[in-house]
Amino acid sequence: MSSNKLKIAIVGGGLAGLAAAMKIAEAGYDVDLISVVPVKRSHSVCAQGGINGAVNTKGEGDSPAKHFDDTVYGGDFLADQPPVKRMCEMAPEIIYLFDRMGVPFSRTNEGLLDFRRFGGTLHHRTAFAGASTGQQLLYSLDEQVRKWETEGKVTKYEGWEMLSLVLDSSGVCRGLVAMNLQSLELKAFKADAVVMATGGPGLIFGKSTNSQTCTGSAVSACYQQGAKYANGEFIQVHPTSIPGEDKLRLMSESARGEGGRVWVPKKPGDARNPREIPESERWYFLEEKYPAYGNLVPRDIATREIFQVCLDGYGVGGQNQVYLDLTHISADTLTRKLGAILEIYEMFVGDDPRYVPMRIFPGVHYSMGGLWVDYEQRTNIPGLFAAGECDYSIHGANRLGANSLVSCVYGGFVAAPAAIDYAKSVVRGDADSNGIYEEEVRRQQEINDSIIKSDGPENQYKIHEELGKIMTENVTVVRYNDRLKATDEKILELIDRFKNISINDSNLWATQAVPHARQLWNMLQLARVITLGALNRNESRGAHYKPEFPERNDEEWLKTTIAEYSDEAPVFSYEPVDVSLIKPRKRDYSKGRATAIK
Amino acid sequence: MTAQNGYHEKKRLENPPATVKFKIQRRERKGAPVYWETFELQYRRNLNVISALMEIRKNPVTIEGKTTSPPVWDMSCLEQVCGICTMVIDGRVRQSCSALVDDLLLASGGDTITLQPMSKFPNVRDLKVDRSEMFEHLKRVHAWIELDGTYSLGPGPHIPNTLAQERYALSRCMTCGCCLEACPQYGEGKYIGPQAIAQARLFNMHPVGKTTMDDRLSGLTDEDGITSCGNAQNCVKVCPMNLPLTKALYETNRDITVRTLFGWLEE
Repeated sequence: MSSNKLKIAIVGGGLAGLAAAMKIAEAGYDVDLISVVPVKRSHSVCAQGGINGAVNTKGEGDSPAKHFDDTVYGGDFLADQPPVKRMCEMAPEIIYLFDRMGVPFSRTNEGLLDFRRFGGTLHHRTAFAGASTGQQLLYSLDEQVRKWETEGKVTKYEGWEMLSLVLDSSGVCRGLVAMNLQSLELKAFKADAVVMATGGPGLIFGKSTNSQTCTGSAVSACYQQGAKYANGEFIQVHPTSIPGEDKLRLMSESARGEGGRVWVPKKPGDARNPREIPESERWYFLEEKYPAYGNLVPRDIATREIFQVCLDGYGVGGQNQVYLDLTHISADTLTRKLGAILEIYEMFVGDDPRYVPMRIFPGVHYSMGGLWVDYEQRTNIPGLFAAGECDYSIHGANRLGANSLVSCVYGGFVAAPAAIDYAKSVVRGDADSNGIYEEEVRRQQEINDSIIKSDGPENQYKIHEELGKIMTENVTVVRYNDRLKATDEKILELIDRFKNISINDSNLWATQAVPHARQLWNMLQLARVITLGALNRNESRGAHYKPEFPERNDEEWLKTTIAEYSDEAPVFSYEPVDVSLIKPRKRDYSKGRATAIK
Repeated sequence: MTAQNGYHEKKRLENPPATVKFKIQRRERKGAPVYWETFELQYRRNLNVISALMEIRKNPVTIEGKTTSPPVWDMSCLEQVCGICTMVIDGRVRQSCSALVDDLLLASGGDTITLQPMSKFPNVRDLKVDRSEMFEHLKRVHAWIELDGTYSLGPGPHIPNTLAQERYALSRCMTCGCCLEACPQYGEGKYIGPQAIAQARLFNMHPVGKTTMDDRLSGLTDEDGITSCGNAQNCVKVCPMNLPLTKALYETNRDITVRTLFGWLEE
C-alpha cells in the first residue's frame, strides 16, 4: 500500500486510542501516537470485569435493542440516544473481533465465548477474560498496533505528554505540542486531524480507582483552548473499592456478577468475626430493597445505599466499610472466574476473600462527562476528535458496568474513519498556519520556564491533596449546594496558591515536578467545571444526587451541560438531549422486574 | 478459629517500629555516579513502598536533615497490573505498588527498606529505568495474530476452555521485566529472555497464530535465542503474574526442534 501523506495524531494509547490507531493504519494512513506511558501500561489494563455485547449465547433472548434500552435507562436518559444504539449494535462485532485477535476469553464447555452477568441488566451479556478483561483487550490492540509499527504506519511517542493544541488563525486544530518527560523538550506534532483518547480525570479527586496517569490534563488543555466540555458533573463512584493509602483499588462488579453478596451486621458495631455472624443476623440490604436486581443494581444506586447504611451507623466496625461476601462459593470456582481480582485484594489487604468477606467502600471511578462530541466523535473544534472516557457520549448520567470497554473501542472505531474523512476533505482556505507551531511551542516553553523559576512557599503536592480531599468530600456521592459553592471557593484559593509554588527539584532531567505542576493547573480548571456543573444542576439524576432536589426533573433538566472556558469562570449553557428513540420513563430498580425485560 | 480447607491466616507485623527508613539508590541521569540517600518516615499501617515514595517526594529531606531532590520513579496503576513501578526492593525485583511495608519489615526483621533500580536496563534517573528493549523483543517474535482485516468477519475459531485458560496464563505478562532482571543469561544482548519466548508461545498455541509459527520461531533460533537459556529457572520464581515461563520455554524449544528436524518435509 503506498504511503499516503495524511497524518493523524492520537493522544493516548489505551483502548480508544489504540482502536483508532489500528483502524487508521489499516486504512493506509500514518499515525503519530503520543502517550505519557508505554501504551501497554495504559489505564485500560485496570478494567477487570468484562465487555458488554448482546451475543445471546445463553438462550435468554438478549438483543442489541435490549442492551440499548438497559444502557439508556441505566444512564437515566441523559445520553443522546442514536450513538448509544449504534454502539450496542456494533458491540457483538467488537467482541468477535477481539476473539479473532486472540484474546483468551473464558469459554463455555462447547468452546464458545462465555458471558457473565453485570449490573443494570438481567442478561448474561458480559464477555470476560478471567478478571482482567481490560488488560487482555488492551494487549490485543497493543499487539495489532505493534504490527503496524513494524510496517512504519504507526510512530509511537511514549513518554511524551500533550500540553496544548496547535490552532490556526481560523481556530482549526492543526496538531499539538507535547513535552518529553525525560528531557522536558517541547515538540510540535503537525497533524491533519487530532484524536483525543486520554481517559478520565480521576486524580482530581486525589485517591480514586484510576491510574496515576488519569489526570484529565490534556483534555483540560483542550477545554482551555475552546473545546466544549459536557456533563462534567457526572462522576461515577464505584460501589466497591478497597481503601488504600495511595489509591482506592477497584473490586470489580464481576465479584457481584458471580454471586457476591453485600451485607452488614444487623446490630450496629457488631465486633464479631464475620464468619461467626449467623445468616439471620446479617442485613443484605441491596437484596432486600431491590429483589430483582439484588446486588446487581446500577452502580450509582449501590453506591448511595452503601454510603447511607454507613452514615446510619451500620458500617462494619463503625467505619466506612461493608462486607462483600463470596465465601459461599467454592474456592475453586472463585479462583477460576475471579482469580485476578481476588489476588489484588489478598495482596493489599492480607485476607483471602475466598474465605473471609471483603471490606469495601465506594470510590471515585469514572467520568461520564468529557469533551463534547457529535455522533461522529467530532468536537466543536474542527480537526479535533475525541473517543473513550474522555468524551461525554454514551453513558448519560451513569455508566453500566462493562460498558466502558465497549464504548472505548466503539469511540475509536467511529473516530478513526471520521478523522480520515475530515483530513481528506478539509479545505484550508486562507487560514494562516505560518509560524503557528513555533508560536505554540514558545508559549508552552514560557509556561514551563515560569514554573521552573517560581520559588514561592507553596507545595504543589499539598495543593493536590487539598483539592482531592474537598472534591471527594463535597462533589461525589451526595451533593449540597452550599458545600458545592464552598468547594469552588476553595478551588479558587488553590488556583491562587498554585501561582506561589516551587517545584523543589533542582534536577530537571526526568523530573516529575514540572509535569505534575502542568497537570495540577489543568486539574484545578477541570475541577471547577465539575463542581459548578453540579451546583447548577438542581435535580437528582444517575450519579448526581442532591438531597435538596431528590427527584429527576425532566422538565427543567433533561439537557446536556456544556461548559466553555473563560478566564473568570466556566461559562455554562445547555442543549437538549436526543431522546428520539426511547421515551424517558421513571428509573426504578426496586420493582420485581425492570420494564424493559419482557 | 477453625481453619477451613485451604485457608491460611496471614502472618502480620506485631510490633512495628516507630519509624521506617528508606535507603534509596540514586543517580542524577544516565551515566552519572550512583549515590545513596536515606529517608525516614513515621510508621503507619497500610503503607506500601509507593505511598512512602509519594510522601518522600512531597518533602524530600534526608535522615541527616539535608534537603535534596525528590527521588524519581515510575508509577501508574498501583494494582500490579501495568508493570511500570518495578524496582529492586531489599534485593528482590518486584512491583513497588504491591510491596507492603509491613511485609517487608516482617521479612527482614529490621526497620530499613532498600530501594534500587533494575540493573539490566538503562537507568534513566534514580529508580526509573528504560525497558523499551522489551517491546522490541515483542516485534522480533511477531507477538500478534495475523488478521485478514478488522472488519466484521464473525467470531473466531472454537477454542476449548482449557486452551483458553492456558493461553490466559501466558497473556497476563505485563512486560515488567522481573524475569529478565533475575535471569543470569539476560543482558547486553546475549539472550532475548523468557518474556518474549513466552509471548511467542502464547501465539503459537492459538489455532490461527499457529499458521505463522515459523515467523515467531525464526526470531528465536539465532545465537541469542532460546539456546542461550541456562535453565536457572529464576524467571519463574520472580514472575509476579505466575506465568508458567519454564513450561513455555520448554514447549518453544520443542517446537524449534521439531521444526529443525522435520521442517524440510513441509517444503
